[in-house]
Amino acid sequence: MSEKLVSAMADMREDEALTLVKDLLAEGTDPMEILGAAREAMDIVGKRFESGQYFLPELIMAGEMLNQITVLVKPEVAKIPQAESKGTVVIGSVAGDIHDIGKNIVTFMLEVNGFEVYDLGVDVSPQAFVDAIKTHKAAVVGLSGFLTLAFDAMKETVTAIEAAGLRDSVKVMVGGGQVTDKIREYTGADAYGDDAMEAVGLAQDWIGG
Amino acid sequence: MDKAWKDMTPDERLAKRLDDYVAMPGFEFASSEAEALYRERATIIRDAFEMKVPVRVPVFPSEGFFPILNAGLTMKDALYNYEAVAEAILAYLDEFQPDAWFGSLAIVPGRCFDILDYKLYDWPGQKLAGHLMYQMNEGEYVTANEYPALAADPSGFFLSKYLPRVFGALEPLVKMPLLPTIQEMPMTPTALLPFGMPDVQEALQKLMEAGNEAMRWMQVMGGLGAQVRALGFTDWAGGAAKAPFDAIGDTLRGTQGMMLDMYRHPDELIEACERFVPLMVEMGVSAANMTGVPLIFMPLHKGADGFMSNAQFEKFYWPTLKQVMLGLVEEGCIPVMFAEGGYGQRLEIVAEFPKGKSIWWFDQTDMKRVKEILGDTCCIAGNVSTALMAAGTPDEVRAYCRELIETAGKDGGFILTNGCGVDHAKPENVRALMEAGKEYGVYR
Repeated sequence: MSEKLVSAMADMREDEALTLVKDLLAEGTDPMEILGAAREAMDIVGKRFESGQYFLPELIMAGEMLNQITVLVKPEVAKIPQAESKGTVVIGSVAGDIHDIGKNIVTFMLEVNGFEVYDLGVDVSPQAFVDAIKTHKAAVVGLSGFLTLAFDAMKETVTAIEAAGLRDSVKVMVGGGQVTDKIREYTGADAYGDDAMEAVGLAQDWIGG
Repeated sequence: MDKAWKDMTPDERLAKRLDDYVAMPGFEFASSEAEALYRERATIIRDAFEMKVPVRVPVFPSEGFFPILNAGLTMKDALYNYEAVAEAILAYLDEFQPDAWFGSLAIVPGRCFDILDYKLYDWPGQKLAGHLMYQMNEGEYVTANEYPALAADPSGFFLSKYLPRVFGALEPLVKMPLLPTIQEMPMTPTALLPFGMPDVQEALQKLMEAGNEAMRWMQVMGGLGAQVRALGFTDWAGGAAKAPFDAIGDTLRGTQGMMLDMYRHPDELIEACERFVPLMVEMGVSAANMTGVPLIFMPLHKGADGFMSNAQFEKFYWPTLKQVMLGLVEEGCIPVMFAEGGYGQRLEIVAEFPKGKSIWWFDQTDMKRVKEILGDTCCIAGNVSTALMAAGTPDEVRAYCRELIETAGKDGGFILTNGCGVDHAKPENVRALMEAGKEYGVYR
């Protein structure tokens, strides 16, 4: 029945997926098996997104189903079993920018591809990025920004990372809104990505996986 | 005698609006040189729209807040110091001589929003630092189970449900009566009661205060608009309207909510979009009537590349957007479709629109493909990169513009501009854009 759950989730049949989870729990199925099926479904959603079959609605819908399922499956086991982390990424929308849709998609795609992601949220100061890189020993940092004001904020963040002596140990990627390779150059970042798949590709190139 | 408006065909209405836009009958220009310059500029924009080969490619940046920053003012000044804004814009126009300006659509009076305690945005001078652009707080201000109420009576819903949620000072308007219940004499007094309540009266007082501030702002900005025209610059937008999907998705349901609704409430979503069609048409047409400029700016958001599949676009986004565009065309207006982000996925779909009735303006879409697919349907505009304008060199900008003119501008029907507002552009790059247009954009 957990195969049915995988396909219900992957095919965006929300009601069916939730009913299946309730039935499985009533039958005494191991919650870990249910969460394993949910993870498998998320992998499929991620692949369909990469291949251009799925878009934003499906990613949001998948996240929504996952949230509801983790609530149904008791809170104490509500930790999705992860494959061993392929590496650590710190991500956030840079200082002054409160937009987060693009950043959330990148976070989602990095996670389904096995990276451990620390999402610092929006309007993240250069210092907060530096602190998080140190705390989590991140190999990659993603700077997101929607507005043109983000260009300077990204540049200042890269400068702060450099000043903290971390520039050689961390790769910096930038993206979002009006960001192009020209802005990569301007900010001193290592790479620019046009979409979530490119972000995943960059992280994979840099830290394997 | 002129034919009555109601008896005119859409093409006759368009011709009338365009004739007036170019001729500006009765308008007093600052000088005969300014008048000639205005006509020349309006004519090349008209020719480009009509997919003809103009004398020269019309060129202007999407100036956004660039005039403000170029004058050394802050984003906060832009919202609070109306006189300084007007001076900055005049100085910008004088220095760069663009063929058109976008108008003051994006530069709003901050005090109105202070008075009304607006929740939907954060802005400089309020929660944001003075150098930051205002930004939206997306959220579900309307829940999914409110679709039937919204669709049944959008105006009533806005009055007593939506406005009290997004304006803190208007919270008491939840007590507003349902206006169509004000019927015969005996049924009227009950509906008047809310207007006697102290908290409602306070809310109405705040609305009046905000209205006074808007008038003060309009005195300055309206005066500026006339002055700009008198100096010979054309308007690139006579008003705005939105795709119904965005009207509901941007500010009522939020991106997250709207995307889920496509799965959970597809029929209600479509019905609500349909209810918004006449409202959006009216929004555009009334603005065109007021300003005398037939170009109606339509900023497109949630139908961009990556936001949904083409099948979803054709089911949820495009049908009602197309109806709004057709409604504007019916009244002789020109929908100016601003495709923010990328729109390469949708070109074949939007190319079905009647020929020569709209302008599509691109931000980050490949203009060679745009020319191929949309070049026979309508005038195209764009797409100098806003990032290039901020971080590139004048030579790079010039080279890019030249290439654009040679490809997208081949055989006319093209306007040279950038995509999103060039707020943080280098002044020398704005100059390079203007020079490139005037140097490489001459057809004959």
